Amino acid sequence: MSRIAAFIFRRKGRNGWHWTDIVTWIWLVGGLLIMFGPAVWLVGSSFKSPAALAEFPPTILPYVTQKATVEGYDKPLDLYDATLPDGRKAVLAEVRRIGVISQMVDPEKPGEIIKVNISQRTPVRTMAFATTNYTEPFTHFDFVRYLWNSVFVTVTATLITLVVNSMAAFALSKYEFRGRTFAMLLILATLMVPLSVIMVPLYSIVSALGLFNNLWGVILPTVATPTGVFILRQYMLTIPDELIDAARMDKASEWQIYWRIVLPLTAPALAVLAIFSVVWRWNDFLWPLIVLSRKELYTLQVGLSIYSGELNVQWHFILAMTVVTMIPVVLVFIFLQRFITTGIAGTGLK
Amino acid sequence: MGHIKLTNVIKSFGAIDVLHGINLEINDGEFVVFVGPSGCGKSTLLRTIAGLEKPTGGDLAIDGKVVNDVPAADRGLAMVFQSYALYPHMSVRQNLAFGLENTRMPQAEIAERIAEAARMLEIEPYLDRRPGQLSGGQRQRVAIGRAIVRRPVAFLLDEPLSNLDAELRGSTRAELAALHARLSATMIYVTHDQVEAMTLADRIVVLRAGRIEQVGTPLELYNRPANRFVAGFIGSPHMNFLEGAVEAVHPQKAVATLVGGNRLEFPVAGATIETGSRITLGVRPQHICLGPGENSIPAKIRLVEALGSETVLHADVAGQKILVVAPGQHDLSPGLDISLSLSTAPIHLFNEKGLRL
Repeated sequence: MSRIAAFIFRRKGRNGWHWTDIVTWIWLVGGLLIMFGPAVWLVGSSFKSPAALAEFPPTILPYVTQKATVEGYDKPLDLYDATLPDGRKAVLAEVRRIGVISQMVDPEKPGEIIKVNISQRTPVRTMAFATTNYTEPFTHFDFVRYLWNSVFVTVTATLITLVVNSMAAFALSKYEFRGRTFAMLLILATLMVPLSVIMVPLYSIVSALGLFNNLWGVILPTVATPTGVFILRQYMLTIPDELIDAARMDKASEWQIYWRIVLPLTAPALAVLAIFSVVWRWNDFLWPLIVLSRKELYTLQVGLSIYSGELNVQWHFILAMTVVTMIPVVLVFIFLQRFITTGIAGTGLK
Repeated sequence: MGHIKLTNVIKSFGAIDVLHGINLEINDGEFVVFVGPSGCGKSTLLRTIAGLEKPTGGDLAIDGKVVNDVPAADRGLAMVFQSYALYPHMSVRQNLAFGLENTRMPQAEIAERIAEAARMLEIEPYLDRRPGQLSGGQRQRVAIGRAIVRRPVAFLLDEPLSNLDAELRGSTRAELAALHARLSATMIYVTHDQVEAMTLADRIVVLRAGRIEQVGTPLELYNRPANRFVAGFIGSPHMNFLEGAVEAVHPQKAVATLVGGNRLEFPVAGATIETGSRITLGVRPQHICLGPGENSIPAKIRLVEALGSETVLHADVAGQKILVVAPGQHDLSPGLDISLSLSTAPIHLFNEKGLRL
């Protein structure tokens, strides 16, 4: 423990603060707040009640104002720490507020109204987790159905993406043919065309193929990605050609060279692409929204938009469900990141 | 069976011609070494025989059958690559088995062949390791093992020792020779190291710029090089060449005037030499004696390399450089004028075009 502390608090200036120490600390702490702050706020806020979400100034952790039932009043009243005009402090319940004056009552002596300036009182608050934000959608929202649709789309699309893109990358990196560079440039050039440009023609194609309102209509247009081909091709270029010559001498077919030699050696790049693909497909919103119009086919992201109505946005449910939908992506990343190590392709040589 | 015949084999990459009409016959069981400087096409020639490169022209026949259009895998050859090219994600056992599995061989026979090769190459303890966990020498053995289990008609070895350190290279060279004797298979070996070529080869093929300069046994090449290139390439340190013109021709010997004015006698030995023609005299550094003698020339020492068992002298004969390897240790220093005797040295004669006379 002391060694970790020593490691974290090491400074370049041995006795004082070197200017780089200050810059480093500001940079790293600032980065931590910018990167991690929103995630913490999201998780904290997903446990807030709608009233707490609307509160200003916002808080990170979920708090609720304590309430007390006072004799003679129908509804429970909010409790406040108030400073009385004579300087005493007491816990009082607010009956009503008129301008800057709050009419309060001592829960012990419900008959007597005490007038307190609103600047002289602060609400009594405790942390409370509104777990209903999580439980309620599971009962009246078809979460499991949407989850299954999302998982199906993500897993299938990612597997097809890996196979299709690695095949293209294999051909573009290991075969010599006329127009190879041009083909690669053409593939990369498609990166410049945004989805909104091809959306209408793509919709016509999907519709003509009868894939409208079908999960395959969400999967198939997304599986060939220029980014994936590029990542895998650049990685495959580093696999020595002599390995492929050796496999050819070993009577391996072109399929076996691809499947048994090149693909296992491309594992680190495949892991990167798998993470990308999972994140892309899981978070996809626009295209599934276009293709899927039947509620039982919705993916999670489309399903979540139910909570965002024209007049009323149910932020507490949206935040809670966003946390739930983030979990699989985080798990995939944790699982795959250990494959993103330096490749072993060169270790059989020399 | 491993009889390989090349007839007028040509290979070009685009506009660059790498091999210009190679004619060569390799007999069954022969150990043939291709030597030549970098970029002479020796590796390309080997890869063409292997089937990894398609010849642009000419015919390649194995055991009498033209195999120009037969894929590499079906030629019955096995190759050991310079970088070994072991599959890094497979264990040694899987590396050896991969080629056999692809021929749909029964598992029992695969296991048997691997066991035999592993015993022969003493790699049994590492069979379950991955190539990354092996030393250079061990990887080299696995690479040879991968060729052996295939039981090929011929082995093709592309500079297999170039990545080993000097000591290991020496012992592996001896093991390769023993392996060849044991398997009695045809082996084609590519190297730029003439010591490997001289010690291993039944026959050496000297290549330069895509052409065969000479084919012969190691001693043939050493004693009777066909041209100046082979003479300079085979032998270490390389042969000395002294330029000059023929001054007089007698029945048994002739006299040449070297560039710089020194005169030197040399035996004619049946060669037709014309008075006045330009000539190059080749003398190996080991055949030159120190001290005045019958047929001697004056020289100035520029550098002395004392190796203990022998002394290498870099000297200057009237503007022409000459190397002398004198056995034993000599108390000489740069700047000294000495006399070099060539009376007992075999002298190789080359004409203006560099061909042997």
